Amino acid sequence: MMAYHNRTVVMAVSAASMAAVLLAISAMFGSVTDAQKIPNTFVTHTGSVITTTGQVLDPIYEVSTVEFDPDFYLRNFEYGDISKDEQGRTVREYVIIARDDLVQEISPGVFYNVWTFNGTVPGPTIRATEGDVVRIKFINNGTKPHTIHFHGIHPAEMDGVFEPVGQNGGVFVYEFEAGPVGVHPYHCHVMPLEEHIIHGLYGVFIVDPKDGREPADEMVMVLNGFDTDFDAENNFYAANSVPFYYMHHPIQINSGDLIRVYVVNMVEFDPINNFHLHGNLYYYYPTGTDTVPSFYTDMVTLSQTERGIMEFVFDHTGRFLFHAHKVEFSEKGWVGMFLVRNGNSTDALTTAYPEDYNETENMYNVYPELFGQSENKISNKPPPEEAVTANG
Amino acid sequence: MARDSDARRAAGKDADAPSVDRTDAACSGGDDFDTVGGRIDADTHIDTATGDSSHTAPSLERLPRHPVGTVRTIASGLIPLGLVVVLVAYVFGPGADMLDVGVPLPEITIERVDFVDSEIRAVVRNTGPIPVSVVMADINDRIHPAAVEPDGHLQRYETALVRIPFDWNEAEPYVIGMTLGDGTRFEREVEAAAPALEPSAGVVGFFAVIGAYVGVIPVLIGMLWLPFIRRMGRSVYVFFLAVTVGLLFFLALDSIEEAVSVSQESLAGSFNGLMLLATSVVLSFLGLYYVGERLACGGTGSGSSTTITRKGRGGMSGIARPIAISLMISIGIGLHNFGEGLAIGAAVGLGSVAFSTFLIVGFAIHNVTEGVAIAAPLSRVVVRIWRLALFGAIAGVPAIFGGWVGVLAYSPFTSVIFLGVGAGAIFQVMLVLVRWITQGGDDTDATTATTTVDNNVDSQGASLSKDSGKTRSSSTGVSGAPFVSGLAVGMLVMYVTSILV
Repeated sequence: MMAYHNRTVVMAVSAASMAAVLLAISAMFGSVTDAQKIPNTFVTHTGSVITTTGQVLDPIYEVSTVEFDPDFYLRNFEYGDISKDEQGRTVREYVIIARDDLVQEISPGVFYNVWTFNGTVPGPTIRATEGDVVRIKFINNGTKPHTIHFHGIHPAEMDGVFEPVGQNGGVFVYEFEAGPVGVHPYHCHVMPLEEHIIHGLYGVFIVDPKDGREPADEMVMVLNGFDTDFDAENNFYAANSVPFYYMHHPIQINSGDLIRVYVVNMVEFDPINNFHLHGNLYYYYPTGTDTVPSFYTDMVTLSQTERGIMEFVFDHTGRFLFHAHKVEFSEKGWVGMFLVRNGNSTDALTTAYPEDYNETENMYNVYPELFGQSENKISNKPPPEEAVTANG
Repeated sequence: MARDSDARRAAGKDADAPSVDRTDAACSGGDDFDTVGGRIDADTHIDTATGDSSHTAPSLERLPRHPVGTVRTIASGLIPLGLVVVLVAYVFGPGADMLDVGVPLPEITIERVDFVDSEIRAVVRNTGPIPVSVVMADINDRIHPAAVEPDGHLQRYETALVRIPFDWNEAEPYVIGMTLGDGTRFEREVEAAAPALEPSAGVVGFFAVIGAYVGVIPVLIGMLWLPFIRRMGRSVYVFFLAVTVGLLFFLALDSIEEAVSVSQESLAGSFNGLMLLATSVVLSFLGLYYVGERLACGGTGSGSSTTITRKGRGGMSGIARPIAISLMISIGIGLHNFGEGLAIGAAVGLGSVAFSTFLIVGFAIHNVTEGVAIAAPLSRVVVRIWRLALFGAIAGVPAIFGGWVGVLAYSPFTSVIFLGVGAGAIFQVMLVLVRWITQGGDDTDATTATTTVDNNVDSQGASLSKDSGKTRSSSTGVSGAPFVSGLAVGMLVMYVTSILV
């Protein structure tokens, strides 16, 4: 009787546990639902059209924006609060605040703990004329000591190496005479140095010659990367932080205009980076320290913090890529596009940066002529012509 | 259970020889204790318990059972369970912050990669402790546009299909990577891209042919050695049985090795692959052991009928047991061949190996030996041809089903389970075979049965069987040359044929 009772209990328990295991397994494997959804369509590299009921993951062609705006950064130069000192020199005053607690979207959907000067990676582009006094009030609101180390000529105590600025509100004022002429990086120089650089504590410092340079459509490109999984290899590369950004937001320029690009390579881990321009060649001024170009080329190789000035004029209109010819980098985001408009026609861009650009939802709508075959596939909306000519 | 019988059994137990002798008797072969197996073991165990308790604490022997006892039983079973629920609820509830230590790391597993027309498809499962978002796909560490269906937000164990439009090249290796919202990247390498086989009559037919070639036909050919084994004397017979044991042991180790590599390569850590394998092996072993004992004992009833069992064994095992053993071997090998078919199907389906004729031929030769394993126990009984064919089919046909499942619905999780079940089945069959050899197998069986009719006089039975076993234990028991050499040959044959695979 007892045995019978026990056996029943054992059997019941076994049956129950079997059922539980089966339920768990079926729950595990039955999770894919076939819910009806409106299909999405997207176009790939090769122009093939994919229809999906799911979610499109396309950082390359899909127009997307993140917190940081590479278009704004591209042509933004900070000249500082200007005054004169008793010797009659121009004094440019800046406030730069370091933080290391921000988590920003560095590519659509990818969030990374960036360490920032004034809230962005790269930090603000500081621009002064040779001989100006640059005075930077540096506030460290981070949780670690930070500094600003400028490349250039300055006194030892302004070098930002042996004077770590304490966390949680430490202050230091960097003051030096701007020089030499050229384009230079600045970055944090606290150990471990690599950690402070790869998280984003860097920016560009431009020193103009006293008599200026030829007027041009000027822009800054910081070539950088992010190692989001901390395996000492970059997962993303970019010009100005956001991978592929200038693919879906082409840089708009006019034919016949002189274009001047200040390029600074801040990529870590990989020994070299490079810059290739399509459909044209550029005059290259290494470090921008000379007024005579060293090369006329469409390809320069850049090591860590190597930088220079590129000048070129497009005669032809249309789309022209620029990218790392280390193709791995370009396929991980360091690729962009110039959209060259006819500088003589009425739709030439008086300012190359249209304010309403980011309001557009989809570049296929903005540039139907670029993706001629795709407009009927992508959207039923008529292409808004006024978006293109808004500034013309 | 009568008290008399208990007392008698207890007395018998006390009068019994020390357990060393018992083991010795079992080793020497032909002991009844071994033959009837589980049930006798169980009964002996109960006897021991009651015997002990009667010596030390007789008051515990019978607890009075009241009507409320049932309620109390249920309550006493449920209360600890309720406490477990409270324990778990506490952690998820107000006490949740107690576990706010450490950083839970996201993890996904790319379980399957298919190469279809101008597209690579990957099945991704969240195998980590926290929900994740799949936000980017790459091929060979180069970012590509992709679609994820139904969407990239995955709860624990949820899966999604990632479709990456890509003009892949056949036979080239590819690494498929996925990046999560926090920037961590997971990848899976495919050694050689091969077009995914879509479910179609052609594929089903193809794998039916392959399965028949690899599983069914070789097993049937192997069984054709039956007449040969029949003509041999007892020592050769034992030799062949031992070869079978060796073959099976190799197959079991082979299955386990395969399962371990699958669990290491494809199964997420959260599935605890090795323990999943161990559980599958043990459950399969126990399940088949139980079924096998029922089958071998002619399906006789519960514990009270030991004498009937013994009679049944003595009366019908001469015919039933070899066939039952052979059937058990067929089932065990069938389960193993399902796993083998799974491996072939998966290899083809996943494109991880070139589908070589050599692989197929190797498996086929390898599997001929399985037919010998089924045939050997049948060599001393009359078997109908349809029964032989049936056993061959039981052993071989699962290879076809395995191939279908492997190519069309491969999952590392089920693969590990099937391989484990196959290994457990084989261990059970090995146990049956070793016992079969130990107890003398066939012709001496009746003698053994008569010598040990009364199990109550264990010592006597043991000594008798020791005597009767003396002549054969030197030559045909588990310590004899035929068994030892057979085992060695079995392992060697399997190793050599496995090199072909």
